[in-house]
Amino acid sequence: MKAETVERTTDFAALRKDFPILERKVYGKPLIYLDNTATTQKPLAVLHALDDYYRRYNANVHRGVYKIAEEATEAYEAVRGKVARLLNARSDREIVFTRGTTESVNLVAHSWGRSNVGPGDVIVLSEMEHHSNIVPWQLLATEKGASIRWIPVDENGRLDLSRLDALLTGPVKILAVTQLSNALGTINPVAELIRRAHAVGAKVLIDGAQSVPHLGVDVQALDCDFLALSGHKMLGPTGIGALYAKRALLEAMPPFFGGGEMIREVTTSGTTWNDVPFKFEAGTMNIADTIAFGAAIDYIQAIGMDKIHAHGVSLAAATMAALREIPGVTVYGPPPEERGGIVAFTVDGIHAHDVAGALDREGIAVRAGHHCAMPLHARFGIPASVRASFYVYNTASEVDRLAQGVRTAKKVYGG
Amino acid sequence: MSFDDLYRQNILDHYQNPRNFGTLPKPDISVEDSNPLCGDKIRMDLLVEDGRVTDVRFSGVGCSISRAAASMLTEEIKGKTLEEVKQIGREEVLEMLGIELGPVRLKCALLALKTLKVGVYGIRGWNGEAEE
Repeated sequence: MKAETVERTTDFAALRKDFPILERKVYGKPLIYLDNTATTQKPLAVLHALDDYYRRYNANVHRGVYKIAEEATEAYEAVRGKVARLLNARSDREIVFTRGTTESVNLVAHSWGRSNVGPGDVIVLSEMEHHSNIVPWQLLATEKGASIRWIPVDENGRLDLSRLDALLTGPVKILAVTQLSNALGTINPVAELIRRAHAVGAKVLIDGAQSVPHLGVDVQALDCDFLALSGHKMLGPTGIGALYAKRALLEAMPPFFGGGEMIREVTTSGTTWNDVPFKFEAGTMNIADTIAFGAAIDYIQAIGMDKIHAHGVSLAAATMAALREIPGVTVYGPPPEERGGIVAFTVDGIHAHDVAGALDREGIAVRAGHHCAMPLHARFGIPASVRASFYVYNTASEVDRLAQGVRTAKKVYGG
Repeated sequence: MSFDDLYRQNILDHYQNPRNFGTLPKPDISVEDSNPLCGDKIRMDLLVEDGRVTDVRFSGVGCSISRAAASMLTEEIKGKTLEEVKQIGREEVLEMLGIELGPVRLKCALLALKTLKVGVYGIRGWNGEAEE
């Protein structure tokens, strides 16, 4: 099995020393951090990059002509190149920095959407979308009199594509879909979805918040039109993310925010826009976190995306096997080879909050709730689930502790 | 058990054997609310005679904290006047539960009280946290 071979060649446990927070104890027990889908921990390289910028070359970018401003500008723009190479974009200009996935989707819905979606048009989403890839489209649809169609999810947590042709019939302007479900871990066949959407003239936005950190993405191979991602879900700081968009689309799109740096010329009678991507980066951007995001990308690429994915799959497989041995536990979603390192489950008779509360007392951090995917939870008829999600520093022994913690919760609550 | 301090026996007792659980056929006051964070739902039914709560039921889905708080509240308010019910604040609920709670679980603990307040005041928008 692929996952096992890679496991043997990479010592993931040795990475733990790079993450100071993993030395922390919670309620006297070592912290076991299994909420990586929400946000990941930060390695020393990222912390040092932040500190180094603020200590040595803190200055605004693209403006000053003095030494430290040039250093800051160089470091900031170098990260644009790192993101472009990470995604295999054609050019750095196809990368717009944002606060994260949510802002990236909103940018597209607001800027591209308002110019391209009109009354009677159709937006296609899936039932497993994160709220950040639902609500911006609902706002757009309401404003423009457009409608939304939903790709259903089957009982195994896969997209049901049996009626895709019907969903893609008519004035479909955009398909917005996640490549890796944050709630179920399902990897979606986005290459096929993109091909079929393009065949009817629709654009495609990929929510890459989980797929970029867990799977690795090649935007040219996929041929997606837009892809949104967050830095903090891939070892970087909060408050920095990116939008990938094909250059021609960015050139045609109106600005999102107005302000400094996004202009070419401002006069009292009007304004012309700066080149892409700067047209979309109004005001002083999040320079420090962008530079530190670059350190996170370096860290991830040094490990290799294929190894990170295989590690996640092997931990997900171990978790699913261990949890399924516990009576009353239901695990959601497809088999391990069709997912990233994410496992959602419920325990009969015990509310997800109580399972998470019991695990917390064992030092285990998991998410309990609807994971910003309420339509998906409605699909499975459950108000909430518990979610364990893994990243590079997690180990098989942590999976054992998780399973033990679930057994303890069952004892306490009599589930 | 390693977390007996948090999950006191009475919370588990109220969770597993909730008092006044169910609905009333003809309630004078009936209010539903939910906690969007965790999907908890609650409904509170009250019978009121001469400004006094003569019977109460709650129903819905929730975690141990939200359910125990609701169960304890129903015991607390039965027989009290609406004016007395209005005097119950978050401190009283936390005292009933007898545990320390972080900001997220606090919302679980206060869902029943929030719902009850909406019922007795007849208004939306009562904010437990702002009441201090």
